[in-house]
Amino acid sequence: MTQTTHAEVLRAPLRLQDIALRVSAVLILAGVTTWLVASLATSPVQFFSAAVAGLSIGALYALIALGYTLVYGIIELINFAHGDLFMLGTLFSAFLLTTVLGQTGASATAWVLFLVTLLAAMAFCATLNVGIEFLAYRRLRRAPRLAPLITAVGMSFILQFFGLKWNGSTQRQWPSVLPAEEFNIGGVVISYRFIIIFAVTVPLLLLMSWVVTRTRQGRAMRATAQDQDAARLMGIDVNRTISFTFALGGAMAGAAGVMYQQIIGSTRFDLGFQLGLVAFTAAVLGGIGNLTGAVIGGILIGLIQGLNDGAAYGLGQRWSQSVVFGILILLMVFRPDGLLGRSSGDRG
Amino acid sequence: MAVNLSTPVPSPRRRLIPAHLRWPVGYAIAALLLFLVYYYRGYMSPEVSDFLQDWLPPTAINEALVWVICALGLNIVVGYAGLLDLGYVAFWAIGGYTAGWLMSEFFYQVQVHILGSVPATRPGIHLSFWFVLAAGAALCALFGALIGAPTLRLRSDYLALVTLGFGEIIPQVFYNGENIGGFNLSNGSKGITPVDPISVGPIRLGPFDLVWKYVIFVALAVLIIWMSLRLREGRLGRAWLAIREDEVAASAMGVPLMRAKLAAYALGAIAGGIGGVAFATHVNGVLPDRFNFSISIILLAMVVLGGMGNVWGVILGALVLAWVNSTGLPQLGNTLNEMTGQDLNLPSYNYLLFGGVLVLMMLFRREGFVPESRTRLVLREHGREGVSGEATLDYEAADDLAVPGTGTDVLVIGEERPDTGEDVRRERV
Repeated sequence: MTQTTHAEVLRAPLRLQDIALRVSAVLILAGVTTWLVASLATSPVQFFSAAVAGLSIGALYALIALGYTLVYGIIELINFAHGDLFMLGTLFSAFLLTTVLGQTGASATAWVLFLVTLLAAMAFCATLNVGIEFLAYRRLRRAPRLAPLITAVGMSFILQFFGLKWNGSTQRQWPSVLPAEEFNIGGVVISYRFIIIFAVTVPLLLLMSWVVTRTRQGRAMRATAQDQDAARLMGIDVNRTISFTFALGGAMAGAAGVMYQQIIGSTRFDLGFQLGLVAFTAAVLGGIGNLTGAVIGGILIGLIQGLNDGAAYGLGQRWSQSVVFGILILLMVFRPDGLLGRSSGDRG
Repeated sequence: MAVNLSTPVPSPRRRLIPAHLRWPVGYAIAALLLFLVYYYRGYMSPEVSDFLQDWLPPTAINEALVWVICALGLNIVVGYAGLLDLGYVAFWAIGGYTAGWLMSEFFYQVQVHILGSVPATRPGIHLSFWFVLAAGAALCALFGALIGAPTLRLRSDYLALVTLGFGEIIPQVFYNGENIGGFNLSNGSKGITPVDPISVGPIRLGPFDLVWKYVIFVALAVLIIWMSLRLREGRLGRAWLAIREDEVAASAMGVPLMRAKLAAYALGAIAGGIGGVAFATHVNGVLPDRFNFSISIILLAMVVLGGMGNVWGVILGALVLAWVNSTGLPQLGNTLNEMTGQDLNLPSYNYLLFGGVLVLMMLFRREGFVPESRTRLVLREHGREGVSGEATLDYEAADDLAVPGTGTDVLVIGEERPDTGEDVRRERV
């Protein structure tokens, strides 16, 4: 547009680029829909089994994604170390429940100790997250943007080192205290473990939503997220509020860690990196900074991943990372603000 | 005024080497010394030779040069343009596979020989190493632009995530690539091996001609250094620095944001491609599991340690960290274990090391150990939020740059310091 007249500005002409973007968005959506319908038509049972598995892993993603979205909402930092915090949560759970408390199968005591582990892991990850914020991120709050980001990446590596020393360099299998029985609805096999995931996740999410929307501390969090300086003027202890946010996010990661370790049954030191990225994608999908969005995004990503891994025309598990990151990239191109995010001036 | 005219005017101390040439001359001498040491290694006493083999093996040096090449490429993206790229390993991988495709018997269905270094009867595509370098660089530049084009309008931290995503996808494509729609793209987890030797005219370098490979890698590194320095001085380089410091201001001053960022991505990727091709010939093959996320982070640590934006610092950071990673940690671990009788696995501490480098440098010395004067001022500046921050200036650093005789610390953009001839560039005071 070399010679822009007023009329042209007012009409905002549809540029070729915009048309291309819209057309490709429609094409991609059509492709995905065809894929879904074809998978469903070929084998409905397989489709729904994959969907159930995807939904339950999606609930875990939602828990992790909340940690990203909370921290991003309040200090605009992508906390790369969050996934590794989750990984340490899985290790903590494995060592406490299996090694220290010696639980290897389902029983009444195991149930109680499972809940104890859940609480302990949440406290552990919350403390760790607050510690990381205090040691590393707090000093960089006013630094140029690149600095805290690089610090978070470094922190992620440091946590991976502790994971490596704790867990060893290979994958480890652990016994689960959760029942392995399954039941069958019209051919679709559903494990009781999937039910348990929801039984733990949903109350946690409700609790969290209550904390953020109804409590004094939650109001302080929202105020700090909106404007730190104004919040400080209103008498809010900004440092404490940010610490509290990190604690909340860490607790969610800890809960997700316990659930993951008990359901999937394995731990790896580099688990957090990949799952963290997936969870971050979920947070972006829902609109980063938006709590409801993180939950919806997590469940959607889990669903997509489950269908990719298990449905009739899925690409299979070895491509699941690529599929998720492909979604992340497409999202960034077409809708950087996510599904529920507010559109902001500088795109993101 | 009684001025004694016979008193000589105190002239500035003459130095043997001008300030701006000190780093390059130093590196040149070091490179030459290393070459001589390895060329005449056969004539040395066995103790010295063994010590060198343990603590400074030629393979480690060649590998370090590959790291230097890639770190300089990342420096263009992160250091010059200020765009955080966490998936740089993708370019390394693409470069490596270009070498795998064009310099091996992998595509045995065809028989293409262009100045190749193997007999013309062998199947597969065999191009000369130098052509493959160009091809790898071109392919990486293309991918850099492809990755950049849709994502560069995002804010920096989103961009980091998207590059990270690409850095995960591309190695995964190579890892799973033995059957993409029936086509064998990358031979899957087995990788492509062996790769043809490098040929210089009629001379072929075998796998053990490490000294000559060293010379070639140094030449490639010099090429990238030259490219980095020239870019930094030119119009594009100045546009990048402006973008790094303030995107909105740069845009207002007429810097084409998208084009400049895209150029940073593509040019940074070129170095990754060259490094990838060099690495493939160095290890005589390409294996997909070498291309993981930690490579991107190690490269970032090199750039950060040496000083973002400063070519000489980045080279130093790359050499030091590459040596520590490949030789220093294992050797130190062995020596410690022998001395104390413990069984400490020191190489496994590299995660702690690289993570620690990143965190500690960001906390305490953000500008790196060999900072560029300009970066130091920008990174030390407080109050990125404008009104809210205490807009204090690092006066010590500003004094370093102040033009003597003006009596203020107002600095002029693009002015030369009278005493050293260095460029003084500073926009906001």
